[in-house]
Amino acid sequence: MADIEELYQEIILEHNKRPRNYGPLAGSTHQADGHNPLCGDEIKVSLVLEGDRLRSIHFQGQGCAISRASASMMTEAVAGKRITEVRRIADTVLKALQLHGPDLVLERDGELASLLGVRKFPARVKCATLGWHALLAALDGQQRISTESAGA
Amino acid sequence: MTDPELARIREDFPILSREVNGKPLVYLDNAATSQKPRAVMERLDRFYARENANIHRGVHALSQAATEAYEQSRERVARFIGAPAAGQVVFTRGATEAVNLVASSLSGNLLQAGSTVLITNMEHHANIVPWQLLRDRTGIRLEVARVDDDGLLEVEDLKKKIVELKPSLLSMVYVSNSLGLVNPVREIIAFAHQHSVPVLLDCAQAVPHFPVDVQELDCEWMVFSGHKVFGPSGTGVLYGKAERLEAMPPYQGGGDMIESVSFEKTVFKGPPERFEAGTPNIAGAIGLAAALDYLDSLDREALVQHEGALLAAAREGLESLPGVRIIGNGPDKASVVSFVMDSAHPHDIASFLDVEGIAIRSGHHCTQPLMTRLGLTGTARASFAFYNSMAEVELLVRSLEKIRKFFG
Repeated sequence: MADIEELYQEIILEHNKRPRNYGPLAGSTHQADGHNPLCGDEIKVSLVLEGDRLRSIHFQGQGCAISRASASMMTEAVAGKRITEVRRIADTVLKALQLHGPDLVLERDGELASLLGVRKFPARVKCATLGWHALLAALDGQQRISTESAGA
Repeated sequence: MTDPELARIREDFPILSREVNGKPLVYLDNAATSQKPRAVMERLDRFYARENANIHRGVHALSQAATEAYEQSRERVARFIGAPAAGQVVFTRGATEAVNLVASSLSGNLLQAGSTVLITNMEHHANIVPWQLLRDRTGIRLEVARVDDDGLLEVEDLKKKIVELKPSLLSMVYVSNSLGLVNPVREIIAFAHQHSVPVLLDCAQAVPHFPVDVQELDCEWMVFSGHKVFGPSGTGVLYGKAERLEAMPPYQGGGDMIESVSFEKTVFKGPPERFEAGTPNIAGAIGLAAALDYLDSLDREALVQHEGALLAAAREGLESLPGVRIIGNGPDKASVVSFVMDSAHPHDIASFLDVEGIAIRSGHHCTQPLMTRLGLTGTARASFAFYNSMAEVELLVRSLEKIRKFFG
């Protein structure tokens, strides 16, 4: 059970049960739907961009514990940051979740490091990346992104 | 079925004795593909080791033997589904290709711009997308009979649409792959015929669970996949009534499907060769025949009863778990249980079960329109075969109870 407990850490379960920044976002300037065609899961990410800053971010939709927790942590990690910094964080996380990707470390990346457990479950990586792809799509002005077309 | 009888059957399937993630494999993903008995592997091995040659037209001994084995497999399939003649059995890559074959060959004759094809809301994508492609290419209309909130086909709506829309074809599933519900197809086919509507029946999820007789059902076409009925992957079957197949132009062009070829004019063979361009999956067809031999060597009535007992135990076990809801409850059900859990998403359930060595499927099961109709993005699905045991059902239920507690 070691690997599966690493995947479903306390922090993941907690975010799954009580997702942060969940629901529609009033006055959002950018929105994108992330779609995982393998399972049918959908996560919508809504942003308020102000100048070069991501003022606020919400997510909503259907998803497994991994995709919800990942999206929930994402909103906390990027809210209020400069857009260049948001993109850097997203890039770091998406790279880290690949099979032989660079590690995330607690000191630098905080709670996001708990997502690394997914690397031992290749079938679940796309669950963890769904919200992040939706975030990047929204920043790029796209309205819809699929985990299949975005790569892992 | 007694425990020793089941143990003997399980020994025929080598994979069932392996471990997955350090636990004995509990294979409950039979609706996706079935496991193969040793008889099939040995037959494939013998074919490649002793008999391999291309079929038809070869003068040498091996080619003649391979041709004979291939054509005997066709006869074997015909016997399995009660087809009047082997010539009414076309080998395909699977049920999906068989549906595509029919869609392609009916285009321009039975199905013209403005013709209606009627399907149901519980079809597998394999019985939706080929008709959509045809719609986009030729302008046919695609209409859909409703299912109710429980996932059951609304037979009255289907009949009404047969009468009012006068479809040129009804193409529908016998057993729902995602919910296991069995449609009253005998009654529906008879009704369709009263209104001169021919019927294509998708039997991919029916033939692994109970005997199917195409003459009794009286459907015009029937398709199934070999790999779901304990045969090799890459095998499938299209059955058609003789006059229907005769009226259908080729699907693909190439070798083996022609009488003669010149640059001016090519004369096609009759069915079934007309629909089997190129070198077919010879070993696969022969392996499929071995699978059907194996299946028919068992007491099929006893298998049906055993699967019924597994289904009843699984339903009872899942219903006893608070927060677990079975999707698709009907009186007539094959041994497939789709369910959702309040506290855990199907993917989370499947990952946890995998750690216990239990293989189930999670997601939309290639039936997204059905999932949308039921207000779900997906379900967890445990699908049984006759080689599954009561102990495996109990382990599934116990594991689900653990998952429920874990996610709280």
